[in-house]
Amino acid sequence: MQQIFLFLYRLRAFLLFIALELLAVGIIFTHNSPQGAVFFNSSNKLVGNMLYVKNNFLSYFSLYSTNQALAEKNAELLNQLDQLSPVLDSATLSVDSVLANNFEFWSARVINNSIHLNQNYITLNKGRRDGIVPGMGVFNEQGVVGRVKGTSNNYATVISLLNTDLLISSKIRETEVFGSLKWDGLHSNEAKLLYVPRHVKIDPGQEIVTSGYNAVFPEGIPIGRVKSANPGTETNYLDISVTLSVNFSNLKFIYLVKNDSREELDSLEMETVGP
Amino acid sequence: MTTGKILKYSLGFVIYFLIQVFILKDLVLFGYAFSFLYVFFILGLPHEMPAIPIMLIGFFMGILIDLFYDSLGMHAASAVLLGFLRNPWIQVNTPTGGYDDNVPPTLLNMGMGWYLFYSIPLILIHHLLFFYIDILGTELYLPFVIRVAGSLAFTFILGIIVQAVFYKKERVI
Repeated sequence: MQQIFLFLYRLRAFLLFIALELLAVGIIFTHNSPQGAVFFNSSNKLVGNMLYVKNNFLSYFSLYSTNQALAEKNAELLNQLDQLSPVLDSATLSVDSVLANNFEFWSARVINNSIHLNQNYITLNKGRRDGIVPGMGVFNEQGVVGRVKGTSNNYATVISLLNTDLLISSKIRETEVFGSLKWDGLHSNEAKLLYVPRHVKIDPGQEIVTSGYNAVFPEGIPIGRVKSANPGTETNYLDISVTLSVNFSNLKFIYLVKNDSREELDSLEMETVGP
Repeated sequence: MTTGKILKYSLGFVIYFLIQVFILKDLVLFGYAFSFLYVFFILGLPHEMPAIPIMLIGFFMGILIDLFYDSLGMHAASAVLLGFLRNPWIQVNTPTGGYDDNVPPTLLNMGMGWYLFYSIPLILIHHLLFFYIDILGTELYLPFVIRVAGSLAFTFILGIIVQAVFYKKERVI
């Protein structure tokens, strides 16, 4: 018995090495699962506060471009508002709100962002207290940014579109052809549109928007434009490269969207189609 | 280890950590070359320090940096591996006459030739593990190689500059 203990004692450094590596690998896997530990990431309070202070300081350097982007978004919204407002010489019927798709919107600031790894995440300065819940869609005036992964009281972590684990249900605006958009991990301004069959005709320059099928995003939020479409090497699907419309290296303010009917939709689909 | 030294290394830990997460995190050259300067803190710990405290220091440093990188466990795993391999590698590189006590293995103390041979393989292994975990599940081998090579060069050059500018020579001849 004593021999065994002596043996283990001599190996103590190696055993600690194995234990620490297993611990690290364990954290990597729990963190990457969809329900991953929320505490151990940049949305926990201490880290969030530090990032917030850093961002407060740095944001002064980009006030001009931020203001310009917000002004552009305002102009676009004013245009839409103008089209929606009732015209004097016609009667309008108000549609029952049950029929409308109920989306709620929030705005938030990006306080941490990365674009160079394969699993990139974004941290926002709003959390559970502001009504942010996991699963909400994230976009800015240029297009889709990602999806909320986890929240703490005051901060939220977002899976960036630049994350090889995130799929966005999308379609081509002109032809209504739909597919899934996924980042290929190569360039921060390019992604792939998957699962589009070979017989579909795709032209470079066509606009790709969210499809609205998965109830995370409303329909029609821009994602990017087709850069090139080639027959895939071995699959039955086309190999489509997409130029993303969002400049991820310069994210400042974003919008969050929540579909109020999502739970109902999800549970209905679970019941009828199965998981 | 004297109290003064413990204070000195604790301060070093904090400074390397803050510089890593607040400055170097946003500094990625050409989208490929990262700088993980904190490895030089682990490399510069006293050579008479046993592997167990080095690995624990590496683990905590890695976890703290992971929190800010949102790459939980990746820096920790790489830094623990670095800490584990460091002492055997120092043994292999023993210069003729052995090491002097109280002389940490830094660039100015040991000279460029020794330091190149000491640091490059260890940094390479750290980067290989880090970026390998990053590409797990994908087949992006070319970006992997570019990232490892670019980051190795960037980290090493920055580390050499930092040591040349901010470190003191401690060897007494």
